[in-house]
Amino acid sequence: MSGGLYSTDSNDFDKTLDLTKIKPYGDTMNDGKTQVSFTLPVKKGEEAIEAAKQMMKKMGFENPQVVMVQELMEGFTFFNCYGNCTHTVDFTGIHVPKVESTTMDMHETDEFVKENIGRPIRVVGASTGTDAHTVGIDAIMNMKGFAGHYGLERYEMMEALNMGSQVPNEEFIAKAIEMEADVLLVSQTVTQKDVHIKNLTELVELLEAEGLREKVILICGGPRISHELAKELGYDAGFGMNKYADDVASYAAQELSRRLNG
Amino acid sequence: MQRSKLGLDFEKVGHAKEVSKRIADDVQKFVDNYSTVAVERTLCRLLGIDGVDSNEVPLPNVVVDAIKDKGVLSEGVMFFIGNAILETGMNPQQIAEKIAEGELEITTLPIRPMEEIQNAIQPFVDENINKIRERKAKRDNYLDTIGEGPKPYLYVIVATGNIYEDVVQAEAAARQGADIIAVIRTTGQSLLDYVPYGATTEGFGGTVATQENFRIMRTALDKVGEEEGRYIRLCNYCSGLCMPEIAAMGALEGLDVMLNDALYGILFRDINMQRTIVDQYFSRLLNGFAGVIINTGEDNYLTTADAFDEAHTVLASDFINEQLALVAGLPEEQMGLGHAFEMTPDLENGFLYELAQAQMIREIFPKAPLKYMPPTKFMTGNIFKGNVQDALFNQISIWTGQGIQLLGMLTEAIHTPFMSDRYLSIENAKYIFSNMKSIGDEMEFKEGGIIRKRAAKVLDDATELVENIEKEGLFTALEKGIFADIKRPKDGGKGLDGVVEKGSNYFNPFIEILHKK
Repeated sequence: MSGGLYSTDSNDFDKTLDLTKIKPYGDTMNDGKTQVSFTLPVKKGEEAIEAAKQMMKKMGFENPQVVMVQELMEGFTFFNCYGNCTHTVDFTGIHVPKVESTTMDMHETDEFVKENIGRPIRVVGASTGTDAHTVGIDAIMNMKGFAGHYGLERYEMMEALNMGSQVPNEEFIAKAIEMEADVLLVSQTVTQKDVHIKNLTELVELLEAEGLREKVILICGGPRISHELAKELGYDAGFGMNKYADDVASYAAQELSRRLNG
Repeated sequence: MQRSKLGLDFEKVGHAKEVSKRIADDVQKFVDNYSTVAVERTLCRLLGIDGVDSNEVPLPNVVVDAIKDKGVLSEGVMFFIGNAILETGMNPQQIAEKIAEGELEITTLPIRPMEEIQNAIQPFVDENINKIRERKAKRDNYLDTIGEGPKPYLYVIVATGNIYEDVVQAEAAARQGADIIAVIRTTGQSLLDYVPYGATTEGFGGTVATQENFRIMRTALDKVGEEEGRYIRLCNYCSGLCMPEIAAMGALEGLDVMLNDALYGILFRDINMQRTIVDQYFSRLLNGFAGVIINTGEDNYLTTADAFDEAHTVLASDFINEQLALVAGLPEEQMGLGHAFEMTPDLENGFLYELAQAQMIREIFPKAPLKYMPPTKFMTGNIFKGNVQDALFNQISIWTGQGIQLLGMLTEAIHTPFMSDRYLSIENAKYIFSNMKSIGDEMEFKEGGIIRKRAAKVLDDATELVENIEKEGLFTALEKGIFADIKRPKDGGKGLDGVVEKGSNYFNPFIEILHKK
C-alpha cells in the first residue's frame, strides 16, 4: 500500500467551489477522492495490483491506491481502490428533463380530480412482456402501497386495475380498451440485455397501430427507467427509483386535467 | 415433548398439524383422480423418451399431444406406449420418434390385454428407476466420502443466461465456500408448457433449465467438490407448468435441491390451481424418492403482503406444505420449508420479531432443513446498508439454526450478482456463522417478553387460519385471496386445459414404486 494516508503533500489544489468545474468530494473541496471496486480476470499478485493501478489511471484517477486485494478464484482478483479524480463537470450547464407536475398527497389528488375532472380516473397497470416481477407495479398500485405511500387502489378518485406480471402487450391493450382507460402504467424490472426497451417500444407501436396512443396517458416505471428514457421511447412520463404512487397519481391527474381542460 | 426456548404450546402445534393434514388429505382426494399433460410428459421421460423433433418440439410433448389430440389422454401414456411396445416391438424412444415422423398413430393400434401391456412397459420403468437410484447412491457416496459444509448451507445464485458462464461463476462461488449453487431460470420459463432441449447460452435474468444444462453444471460441481473436499449441491426450479418433468430431469441428473411449490405458482405465476396441485404431487413423489430437498416459496408472500401483519400466513402455508409433502412420501429431512427476513428496516424491534419467527419456525419443524430468505423488498441500491441488512439476517439464521441460507447480495435490486458480490456475501455469512456459532445454545427468551409473545401470537393466528381453510377447502380459500392478498379462481389461470380425469385404463406404476422407495 502506498503512502498518502496521512501525507500532507499534493493538497495544494484550489479549495474553492466552482460550479463550472465540480469534482468528487472526499473530505476536502476539490480533492476528487473516489472509491472504486472491480474485478480483473487475472491471478492475484504484484502484477495484478499494478494492473489495477493502471486501470485506475486510465479511468482518470491520480494517485491510485489499491487498499484491498482478494482472489475470488484462480484467475480472478477483486480490488477496492481509491484515487483522485482528474475530471470535472460543469454543473451550471446541466439540463435534465423532469416530469412537470407538483406532487400532491392522496387526499389532495382526490380533491384535485373531483374539482377538475369530476369523475374517477381509470388506470390500468401491469408488468408486461416476460417480466415476472410485480414489485414495481404493486408498490404503485396496491392498496397498501410502499414505504408509507398508499397505492392507487386506495385513491377514492382512481379506478385502478393491476393486471400483475407477464402480461402480453396485446392483452394489456385489450383491457385498456375494455376499461376505457385514461392512464396506462407499465412496469419493467428486468433490464438484462435491454429486454425492457424492446418491450416498451413494442407497446408504443401497438398503441399507435390501434390509434390509441394519443388517447391515453402512457407512463412507464422501474428501477432503470428515467423520464428522459421514457420520453425517448415515446412515453408521456417515466418514473424511476424513489418515486411513489403520489408522484404517479399527481402527474396523471394534472396531465389529464391539462388535456381535458386545456 | 421437545423443550421450547419460546414457551411454544406444542399441543397447539400438534393441533394445527392435524388440521393441516386434513386439508392435505382433502386435496389428495382430488389429485388421485386426475392427471395432466405435464405428468404424462414426465412419464414419457421416465420411460427414456428424450430429444426433439425437426421443429424443436420435445418428443415427450409430441407423444402426449398426439394422444391428447385424439381425446384419449385420460387413458394415459403408459397404456398407449405399453400397447405400442407389444404391437411394434420398438422401445419407447423409437415409438416417440415414429410418432414425430408421422409414421405411427398409437391410439388406433389393436389393444392388447392390460396385464400384457403392464408387463411390456415394466422393464423400461425399472431401468429408469434404477438410474435414479444410482444417481442418489452417487450423492450418498460423496456425502460419505468427501462430506459437506456445515448448516446453514450457504446458497447462492448464478444467473448469467449462459450455462458455460454460469459454470465459471458457480466454480468461483464453490471455492469461496458456497454449499448450494442455484441456477436461476430464465424469465418466463415457468409458463412454458415444454422443457427446452440442449445446452443454452441465451437467457434473460437467468439460464434455461434443460437436462443438458443440468448435466453440464452437475459435472462441473462434482469436479470442484472433489477438489475442495466438500460436496456442492445443485439447485433448480421444479415449478411452473413443467413441474414434474423438471423433477424427473433433476432426479436423473443428480440435482439436490428444487424449488417446488404449487402455491407459489398459483399466486405469483397465475398457474391454474388444479393443474399445478396435481403436478406437484407427482413431482414431490419424485423429489422424495431421489433424495432431493424441496424448497417452498412462502417467503415470497411477504414481498406483496406485509411481513409483520401477515407472518401467520407464512406459518399456515408451511403447515399445509408440510402435509402436502408428507402425502407424497417426502421425508421431513428433505423439506426446505420457506420463510423470510422481510420486515421493513424502519420497524422498531423488527429484529426481535424476525428472531421470534425464525425460532418459532425452527421449533415447529424441527427436522426440516428450513430455507431462510434474505431481505429483498427493502434492498434499495444502498449497498452499504444492504450489507448490514444481510448481516442481521445472517445473525438470526445462525442463532436459530436454519438449514439453508439463501445469501443476501448487497447489490440486490441493482443487477444479477457480480462474482465479487457473491464473495462479499459469503464472507459476510462465514464471518457471522463462525463468530456467533453457539449463540443459540446460550440464549433463551424472557418469559412474557416481546419475542415469546410474538411467537405465540403468530402461532395462534396461523392456527386460526388453517382452521378456516379446512372449513372451506384449500381451493376455495385460494379463491378468496387467503395468501399474499392474491385471489385466484379455481378455473382460471394458465394450464387448466392440460388437466384430465383418469380413465378406466389409466395406470402409473411409478406412483407405487416411488412411494415405497
